[in-house]
Amino acid sequence: MNDTLLEVKNLRTYFHTFKGIVKAVDDVSFSVERGEILAIVGESGGGKSVTGFSIIRLIEEPGVIESGEILLEGRDVMELTEREVDRLRGKEISMIFQDPMTSLNPVYTIGRQIEESLILHTKLNREERRAACLDLLRSVGISNPESRLKAYPHQLSGGMRQRVVIAIALAADPKLIIADEPTTALDVTIQAQILRLMANLVRAKNRSMILVTHDLAVVSEMADRINVMYCGKIVETGSARKVIDESMHPYTKGLIDSIPNLERDRMRLSTIKGIVPNMFELPEGCNFAPRCSCATEFCLRNEPQQREVEPGHFVACHFPLRSGTYGLSEQTCGRSGGVCS
Amino acid sequence: MTQLLEVTNLEQRFDLNTDLLSKLVFEKGRIIKKERLVKAVNGVSFSVDRREVFSIVGESGCGKSTVARTVVKLIEPKGGRIRYEGEDITELSRTEMLPFRKRMQMIFQDPYASLNPRQRVMDILVEPIIFHGITRSSDEAREKALEILNRVGIRPEQASRYPHQFSGGQRQRIGIARALAVEPEFIIADEPVSALDVSIQAQILNLLMDLKEEFSFSYLFIAHDLSVVKHISDTVAVMYLGRIVEKGSKAHIYGNPLHPYTLALFSAIPRISGTKMRTGRNLEGEIPSAIDLPPGCCFHTRCPKVLPVCKEVVPEEREIEQGHFISCHLFT
Repeated sequence: MNDTLLEVKNLRTYFHTFKGIVKAVDDVSFSVERGEILAIVGESGGGKSVTGFSIIRLIEEPGVIESGEILLEGRDVMELTEREVDRLRGKEISMIFQDPMTSLNPVYTIGRQIEESLILHTKLNREERRAACLDLLRSVGISNPESRLKAYPHQLSGGMRQRVVIAIALAADPKLIIADEPTTALDVTIQAQILRLMANLVRAKNRSMILVTHDLAVVSEMADRINVMYCGKIVETGSARKVIDESMHPYTKGLIDSIPNLERDRMRLSTIKGIVPNMFELPEGCNFAPRCSCATEFCLRNEPQQREVEPGHFVACHFPLRSGTYGLSEQTCGRSGGVCS
Repeated sequence: MTQLLEVTNLEQRFDLNTDLLSKLVFEKGRIIKKERLVKAVNGVSFSVDRREVFSIVGESGCGKSTVARTVVKLIEPKGGRIRYEGEDITELSRTEMLPFRKRMQMIFQDPYASLNPRQRVMDILVEPIIFHGITRSSDEAREKALEILNRVGIRPEQASRYPHQFSGGQRQRIGIARALAVEPEFIIADEPVSALDVSIQAQILNLLMDLKEEFSFSYLFIAHDLSVVKHISDTVAVMYLGRIVEKGSKAHIYGNPLHPYTLALFSAIPRISGTKMRTGRNLEGEIPSAIDLPPGCCFHTRCPKVLPVCKEVVPEEREIEQGHFISCHLFT
């Protein structure tokens, strides 16, 4: 089963500000298979949203996609003209944003906003569009869709609005959905409803999804594969279970351990010391070294490259956790053993 | 342990139409006066002991923040009693409240909105110290401020900076320092970590717990997430639509949750080990509006175990086991 829908190669998105260049996404490569949910996780400022925006070229000044290839079914999105990208957005790749209040237009009815996408991307007539709108609303679990068509966004609750945003994203039946923190603004019980809805819709139609989020627990429930991003780079990537249960990168491990866990009972939570570094002054060697509890002199000077530690599981770390055999040899880095816990 | 705060039958209402004119509605051929009230808190009772961490958990709109704000009388209560160390503070005026304000301090949710952007960090701390007369001179106040900043992990040379120069986690530390500045004994923390990244969340929660040990604080902790408060709470209350539906010790709530809503909250939490969410069942529907509360048990519209009686009668709170209270008809 090697059916790649999207392939991103060496993507670099930089922001040229007065204070200097921010390398928000720095040499990122990954791919999305058909029918797969790929998650991009990391803390704020990790570059995960910018990665999502870059794929549909929604980067605005002062941001620039410096280099890289974005291959959607073999076609490079970077080579397309602005008109062609416009046709792609919504039709082949659509996006679900974090805040459902700001991503819906407050002065148009729900029905009109869903219909707009249908007018742009399909050849349906008026009657058919209305029927399609009702079907879409029903498919995202909105009861009594006839009356909701005439409602304005402010008349709906946060969960309902996010359902409408999902309905709009699905309107033209896109191949890939990029969901940027789709449930961050919602309550837990509503979050569970929306996540289940999205997973079912993706599975039922064999579509693909990129789920951008900071919540590793959500990711572990939803994703097939995970990219962990830190300071614009992918530090670990692999299947969801591998990354969560056998994490190799100290950052991934730190993120997992700092989540309050219902199943374990401890007095203190383990933390990652320090804060995310200033993006203008990234450290010289490994970006994570200043916060890493197992960093050595070697890490502070040399930037780690991504290596395949087991089939399909990549990590960018000189001393991957629980993998004495995979780490650099003692001679190269002057540190005994490769295991750090 | 002695009782520090006691709240009985607290009620809070917000009037949607503040002026008389907007209360008048034209209905069935005549003009009538109609009130539209948000019933935010409906008869909430609990008590916090000295050195206890009491947490209130619930979804947005359940009234948990309103409870926190009403307890310190940032909003005047519309009913019920609030006693602090046995003294009734429900009816106190603003000036009469001052000595109590020094003893109970609040930490707010949004570290971006709760600090004055035009004040330096030092001034943010010195102002309450001087206002409440904690120190005799302003030099002493500055010294004290530096000491507290150091305690929460802000370096002395950062004290002359403005809030925008700090990250979210650091701002929350400043917010905590401001609360500590007046040497309180009771801290009300309204979702202090929900705006922060996970790795920073853990740092702040640990800091709050260290401070509790050091200064023997009592906490009223407001959160929307059951997993966040597990590590820190002694007692937990679960709120839904302005009422406490279940209340008990940490062992009760996490070891033996009984109310259908508490169970639903637990099953909705995404877990790092699980993949249940894709397939599992969960609460359907949304929280009803607090303007038109459903009759009977407020949870009956979403409850998977609803009985006919739930739609008519408001369930009484009853003690299921020692210290474990539930308002649900399933347990009568």
